[in-house]
Amino acid sequence: MLGLSEAFRAALWQIATLDPQLIEIIGLSLKVTLTAVAIATLIGFALGGVLAVYRFPGRSAVAALLNALMGLPPVVAGLIVYLLLSNAGPLGVLKLLYTPEAMIIAQVILVTPIVAALTRQTCEDLLEEYRDQLRSLGASSAEVVTTLLWDGRYRLITAVLAGFGRAIAEVGAVMIVGGNIDHVTRTMTTAIALETSKGNIALALALGMILLAIALVVNVALMGIRRLASQFAYA
Amino acid sequence: MAGAFGRRDVLKLALAAYATLALAVPVSRAADNFIIVQSTTSTQNSGLFEHILPLFTKKTGIEVRVVAVGTGQALKNAQKGDGDVVLVHSQPDEEKFVADGWGVKRYPVMYNDFIIVGPATDPAKIAGMKQAPEALKKIAEAQTPFASRADDSGTHKAELKLWHEAGVDPKTSSGSWYLETGSGMGATLNIAVGKQAYALTDRGTWLAFANKGDFKVMVEGDNKLFNQYGVILVNPAKHPNVKAEQGQAFIDWLTGPEGQAAIANYKIDGQQLFFPNARPQS
Amino acid sequence: MLEQTRFLSPLDAAAPLLGSLLPLELGGLSLETGGRRLIDRIDLKVQELGITVILGPNGAGKSLLLRLVHGLVAPTAGVILWGGRPMNDQIRRRQAMVFQKPVLLRRTAAANITYALGLRGIARSERNSLALQALELAGLERYAATPARVLSGGEQQRLCLARALSLDPEVLFLDEPTASLDPASTLAIERLLIGAKQRGIKVIVVTHDVGQAQRLAQDVIFLHHGRLVEHQPAPRFFDQPESDTARAFMAGGLVL
Repeated sequence: MLGLSEAFRAALWQIATLDPQLIEIIGLSLKVTLTAVAIATLIGFALGGVLAVYRFPGRSAVAALLNALMGLPPVVAGLIVYLLLSNAGPLGVLKLLYTPEAMIIAQVILVTPIVAALTRQTCEDLLEEYRDQLRSLGASSAEVVTTLLWDGRYRLITAVLAGFGRAIAEVGAVMIVGGNIDHVTRTMTTAIALETSKGNIALALALGMILLAIALVVNVALMGIRRLASQFAYA
Repeated sequence: MAGAFGRRDVLKLALAAYATLALAVPVSRAADNFIIVQSTTSTQNSGLFEHILPLFTKKTGIEVRVVAVGTGQALKNAQKGDGDVVLVHSQPDEEKFVADGWGVKRYPVMYNDFIIVGPATDPAKIAGMKQAPEALKKIAEAQTPFASRADDSGTHKAELKLWHEAGVDPKTSSGSWYLETGSGMGATLNIAVGKQAYALTDRGTWLAFANKGDFKVMVEGDNKLFNQYGVILVNPAKHPNVKAEQGQAFIDWLTGPEGQAAIANYKIDGQQLFFPNARPQS
Repeated sequence: MLEQTRFLSPLDAAAPLLGSLLPLELGGLSLETGGRRLIDRIDLKVQELGITVILGPNGAGKSLLLRLVHGLVAPTAGVILWGGRPMNDQIRRRQAMVFQKPVLLRRTAAANITYALGLRGIARSERNSLALQALELAGLERYAATPARVLSGGEQQRLCLARALSLDPEVLFLDEPTASLDPASTLAIERLLIGAKQRGIKVIVVTHDVGQAQRLAQDVIFLHHGRLVEHQPAPRFFDQPESDTARAFMAGGLVL
């Protein structure tokens, strides 16, 4: 397959020259995923913290459900959102189908359980150490949640990274609710799927490498912050 | 000795990052002036849309957003009102779509043809045959691998029709020599090439396909391989959200002289892929 | 090094209105889990200021008793009365506790104290100066901006004590505060406790270190197997313990 390495090199050249369409696709991927992760983090931190601290009937059932949802197949999440946003569906009036906003919604559904479950675990671990002292100091349950979340902030970076990894790499959800429309909802993963189906394997691979590189950069940056923090015993 | 990031720093960093991204990626959302066309993967993979749609947008200012799925899914999506126009290639299904009231009127647009492609070694010895059903019969008898889309698409339905004419039911051999991929045209061709299997494909996708390996065109030219495309406006009476005016403008352009010329002009390696055959507008 | 000044705090003005928390009265106090009585029908009255030491062999229930009277654990039977009132959240807010292992948040030393002050509702503008006062009292003022958890064990425990004192409690509990500390840190802690006593804070300390008990105690509560064995003024207890177990414990033997 000699043609493969040549095609690969040509594709990398296209990348090196910052092809505008490529920039557009990368930009959309990052915008959708980072927005989804930001929203999912807000929800997930709160959910995980509350689950760790508050005692209420059905608590373990909710925790089990969250853990199970971590394994929700992206294509299923996409289907659910599609049925909701379809013009024949309950939220059709919002006209969100085939837009980046729909993709963000689908990814929020995928990422929130991960962030929440990992947050819950982190907070439970911290609570083991802090429970009596915080009670003695007179913290209310709500205050305990915020205290644990801030105290565990560097550990929680891992939770956010896990969510980011899940979102940036998935194609099932964004394909269905986004429609892979050129210039509108085409992300890196849907572009890879398209190029693969057109037989442009080398280009698809090259795009995949970029995706990996981006994920690597994000991971290294955040873990670097965590390493710095451990110097001050904050991690 | 200061500590690491404080609360304020984290927030500032996050806001700056998001603002940069939001500004750097202006997503084309020219208010409401766009239509959604449910079409097929084979049409998209051929590259036709990249060629003709910009011409339409330049003339009318209407953006065309194409969602490419299989014919069956395209029609079902349109039935749910998730599109303004359908452009597919399965006449009986299109006519049923209109008859059931989901579409307003079916206009023929263009045709291309199907071809049977296969490995250069041609184990079933069908190269150059003029009758498609006969070629399929030989494949079944030789039990050489054949990759089918098996996804309810126009191509799939055409393929099943040919098997029927050959008097063969390939589903009974599903999993042995008959490979039902359940995928789009491109994915199916990838599998065909990978497994050295024959496949039925539309010429447009094949010409644009970049992973041919050593595959050649085995059978072409049979009348039965004729592949007609139709375009339909989704019925606004059933789905008020349909952009009827803009959708009809697209259909009129596509079946009118400019659109038809644009279709005829689209070539790969000097070969024309699609042949316009809209009826002259009265 | 150690100032004797009292903190300025809103609680100062309010204290006379609230009524004293003493005497502490326990009636038939029990804590039972899984069929075992961890605290067994304790009747007790502590009515004087000064440092009360809870003494006893490991597993006697000393820590548990402390957590019961501080409201961290609920008893399965019996009553706890502070100044005639049953234990509740308001009363707990007038107390503070230092645990055996220092528990500090992942922030600076000063921030740990301002955090606690914030929980008490102290105005933001006052927190910094109050925290600094507390740090100075404990001799930790140069660590104000240091991440609390990089401090040494002794420094961390002094910080926990400073934090507790910054809340201006009426009762201060300590659960084996110097168990894992070096002698210098132990001395520093004990000096702080004496200072607190002199300012009128009721101090109740759990220890298994007889020497420490002798240095600090005004009265001694001796526990064994969850039961109250003796409650005596210190001189009498150390000179002539009434019970065999106490005598054996003081002699340094293993008390089963």
